[in-house]
Amino acid sequence: MAPNRPSTVRMLLRDPIGVVGAAFVAIICAAALFAPWIAPHDPNRIHGRARLQGPNAMFPLGTDELGRDLFSRALYGAQVSLQVSLTVVAVAAIIGIAIGVVSGYFRGWVDAVAMRIMDVLFAFPTILLALAIVATLGTSIENLILALVIVYVPTFARIARGATLSVAEEPYVEAARSVGVGQFGILLRHILPNISAPVAVQVSISLAYAILVEASLSYLGLGVQPPDASWGSMLATGKLMVERSIWPSLVPGLFIVFTALGFNLLGDALRDTLDPRMRSALR
Amino acid sequence: MLRLIMFRSLATLPVLAGVSLLTFLLVRLVPGDVVDALSAEEFDDPRAEAELRRLFGLDLPLHTQFLSWFGGLLVGDLGFSYRSRRPVLEEILDRFPLTLELTLAALLVSVAIAIPLGMLSAMRRNGAFDAGARVGSLLGLSIPNFWLGILLIGFFSVYLRWLPSGGSNAFALSWDHFQYLILPALTLGTSLAAETMRMSRATLLEVLAKDYVRTARAKGLSERLVVGRHALRNALIPVVTVIGIQAGALLGGTVVVEQVFSWAGLGSLVVRAITQRDYPLLQGLILFLTFFYIIVGLVVDVLYIVLDPRLRRRG
Repeated sequence: MAPNRPSTVRMLLRDPIGVVGAAFVAIICAAALFAPWIAPHDPNRIHGRARLQGPNAMFPLGTDELGRDLFSRALYGAQVSLQVSLTVVAVAAIIGIAIGVVSGYFRGWVDAVAMRIMDVLFAFPTILLALAIVATLGTSIENLILALVIVYVPTFARIARGATLSVAEEPYVEAARSVGVGQFGILLRHILPNISAPVAVQVSISLAYAILVEASLSYLGLGVQPPDASWGSMLATGKLMVERSIWPSLVPGLFIVFTALGFNLLGDALRDTLDPRMRSALR
Repeated sequence: MLRLIMFRSLATLPVLAGVSLLTFLLVRLVPGDVVDALSAEEFDDPRAEAELRRLFGLDLPLHTQFLSWFGGLLVGDLGFSYRSRRPVLEEILDRFPLTLELTLAALLVSVAIAIPLGMLSAMRRNGAFDAGARVGSLLGLSIPNFWLGILLIGFFSVYLRWLPSGGSNAFALSWDHFQYLILPALTLGTSLAAETMRMSRATLLEVLAKDYVRTARAKGLSERLVVGRHALRNALIPVVTVIGIQAGALLGGTVVVEQVFSWAGLGSLVVRAITQRDYPLLQGLILFLTFFYIIVGLVVDVLYIVLDPRLRRRG
């Protein structure tokens, strides 16, 4: 696996879509990381005389209904959104891959039980399940993350299991087994690296979707609580002000689209690069 | 074919049972119990709390609770709403038509946008149009639908004053009814179109590479006939599947958009159940929407078996 990794990155960078996606993701991550230095104002500071302004010299993207700087709030909102989505996808991917690889490699009753549980979780419409979990456990960032993890695990489990099933039949796995490599060694050294392509694509797409779902739940008041900024909760108050100013709605939405688009572009380019079958069929 | 359909239908039973069990357990995850959650904000009287627990059957062992709840489920009894005191099923069926209408309208919008664009994209593969459509569809996948809804309200309701910013009324074949439908249907439809377009492009490309398409071309048929008569029909089968799955998912996914447009369907009922801590109503809604989602999936699969002669012969 190691020798073809550099070429994957290089191929990704040859695709303009991959380059743009990577750039978007880098920009938004930097914006979130350096928010305290970039933000012109304290995100929760109320400027009572500057309510619902359009962009001007003092407030680059205008202000909300309390006179808080929209640009600064959106920057800090990026911290929340990225933290939640990255945590969710990382945890869900690890749990899902573990379940999927073990199911796909050992088969038998472990596989049967695990996959039936995944089927049931899969049967719920995504947002509805996440909503229901947060609503019952209580509103907090931790519960929001937990809910999204539960929603995402089945996707990763299925993808990892499918890839494992086909990799486990490969001659090199057979060869490793015949020279006496232990089960754990085979899983770690031979199966895991070879299922990384479909998983990587799924990670990227899931990040984009997690940003949207987090925003939806925060919009409904089930995520970050005021006065702290998140893109979804900013949109919720923005909607109430839409008669008077479009900026409180426009700004957080543009940040969401920018971020999700970055991950989607990256995922699309990754799929083209990593999946030769798709490439020959569709390009 | 019948055996295949039977087999597929029976396979959904354990999933339905699992979904019921999980939905039942979900509400038991409320910290403390439902009565604690209710009483914390409304009253503080241990005698009344004990009375309520007895009334809701919360003093019984968990498996007894589940069995009586599940028994009710089998005869369509989803319990009573804590707030309106009406049967949950009645509340749901009252609002279901509006959500169904919005879903169908959204699918119509989505198909009208997605299939022509997907076709053009596949026919001019790797051209400027295709590249534009690829970026456009990724952009579509990245736009939160409720944000698009807010922008549409800003433009069509606040700026142009053409359409109402929200609300809904009972179905009627009149402008008075449809003026409310347009914006939410556009919002949901365009967000679905991205996925449908990618799917129709991919399947059409696959079909265009088939031998019978080459034969049709070799006979000298025009490109329009080749695509229209031979390729499109075969390409549409998987697209129909995607649309079916979307229809099911939409019923659950309209929650936020219905909220944005104050559309009085099941989505806004979900939000009401959550904010009012109306757990029987929430439970009933989750079950209803999820069952619907599963059944739509089943119907789509059966359609697939019926439409695809290769599957028909097997089984």
